[in-house]
Amino acid sequence: MARATTPRRKSINTALAWAVGLLIFFPILWTILTSFKIEAQAINDPPLFLFFDWTLENYAVVQERSDYMRYLWNSIIIAGGSTLLGLIVAVPAAWSMAFVPSKRTKDILMWMLSTKMLPAVGVLYPIYLLFIKLGLLDSRIGLVIVLMLINLPIIVWMLYTYFREIPGEILEAARMDGATLKEEILYVLTPMAVPGIASTVLLNIILAWNEAFWTLNLTAAKAAPLTAFIASYSSPEGLFYAKLSAASTMAIAPILILGWFSQKQLVRGLTFGAVK
Amino acid sequence: MATQQSRSAARLMMAPAVILLLGWMLVPLIMTLYFSFKKYLPLRGGDLGWVGFDNYVSFVTSSSFWPSIQTTLIIVGGVLVITLVLGVLLAILLDQPMWGQGIVRILVIAPFFVMPTVSALVWKNMFMDPINGILAHLWRFFGAQPVEWLSQASMPSLIIIISWQWLPFATLILLTAIQSLDSEQLEAAEMDGAPVLKRFWFITLPHLSRAITIVILIQTIFLLGIFAEIFVTTGGAFGTRTLSYLIFQRVLESQNIGLGSAGGVYAIILANIVAIFLMRIVGKNLDA
Repeated sequence: MARATTPRRKSINTALAWAVGLLIFFPILWTILTSFKIEAQAINDPPLFLFFDWTLENYAVVQERSDYMRYLWNSIIIAGGSTLLGLIVAVPAAWSMAFVPSKRTKDILMWMLSTKMLPAVGVLYPIYLLFIKLGLLDSRIGLVIVLMLINLPIIVWMLYTYFREIPGEILEAARMDGATLKEEILYVLTPMAVPGIASTVLLNIILAWNEAFWTLNLTAAKAAPLTAFIASYSSPEGLFYAKLSAASTMAIAPILILGWFSQKQLVRGLTFGAVK
Repeated sequence: MATQQSRSAARLMMAPAVILLLGWMLVPLIMTLYFSFKKYLPLRGGDLGWVGFDNYVSFVTSSSFWPSIQTTLIIVGGVLVITLVLGVLLAILLDQPMWGQGIVRILVIAPFFVMPTVSALVWKNMFMDPINGILAHLWRFFGAQPVEWLSQASMPSLIIIISWQWLPFATLILLTAIQSLDSEQLEAAEMDGAPVLKRFWFITLPHLSRAITIVILIQTIFLLGIFAEIFVTTGGAFGTRTLSYLIFQRVLESQNIGLGSAGGVYAIILANIVAIFLMRIVGKNLDA
């Protein structure tokens, strides 16, 4: 830094930034705190901040009453499955576009991006109908497929921008040394691409975990993931704040943790490489 | 240079992704177009034949169409203004030297990772509930009558909830852009005696223009499709029915597929207009 910052100015910045940060984070903090209260104290007037009878009871009740584990498992399978499937399809595509570009590569990439812009509600009924006809309604495999398809453009794009940063000379050198295409991808490209692939996986798990249009409209009791489980609390049952908070905390905790690791890649993934 | 062999291999490797996305795009699109020209009521007689452009006309002339467009524009516009203004200010603040910068950053972007149904429910019950919500407590503390947020002030409430979810996205992208700003330029301006506001207006803001455009376009595309927040909070009541939600109600709630599909075609056209602009910017970046 060329310019020295006065300690006074730094203190003001710090105080201001922390105040704003805590204000923005407050709804999440409040939800977590409320999840440890008993119901009567959760609606206490004035609200109790830290000095209440801490309890884990709500977590036990939520699990017992609504079978939280089943929804969690559905979320894991749907988010993980769609990401894995997407990766299998996207890695070869992104590889070929990054290393063997043709005149049409750019058009194909742009077209893939355009499919992401298709409003879900515009194709809701066709998908709904196809799901009924194919027996996929309220099935995990159905959601895996749909979420894989809606996130595929992002996966391809992210991988493409990462792959493009790998110098092509290295691949050519490997080819000169007689590496086959398969060896080239497996032993040369993959190790270099691991960080990029990892961020892609992370971002897509987050997006799939939080997806709340198809998961709400295409599931009922059997395949419902956590998004739908939480939505079921919008009934009068939602007035039990402590239990609602416990359920919410359990639904967002895994992704909050994953999200903190992926904050840098988030920008790149969500802007299709336009901002790095 | 790529050989003929690697070229055909490349084409083969691209094929699954291209075929899948092509199917994902074309099959539902053609079905939506097909249904939009039919009177189709699955629960009340099924397929009642072709009706030409009737659905397109009745969707636009129905009394809920213009209000839904208005609602959509207010939500998209309101959230964009709030997230951009606050986002720029926050990005500048977070770019300053301070203690615990990493932690503050995490606090600020956390809302983005909260699933929409959770943020909608938490805001609806624990903050905006007129009896037990935090805001009601706050209002009473100052001796005011608590507001019934989601019925009396439904639109501001929704805009607050959605802005809270999207502010981290705007902040993060603007912060990334601000960090690439050459600080020497700012210092030179400072030494020449340019006041803070002028430095912001003539150096920082122009530097951010591309990032701002990208935030506007990407958020618009996501905001046009806002669903869970409305589904969980008001269910489309109290004047919060957006175009997307109206189509959802026509299709799944009243099962008027023809009408809903015509609405869907309108939504697709609207989204495409925004998309064209976004794609131009992203495409330019691809050449660089």
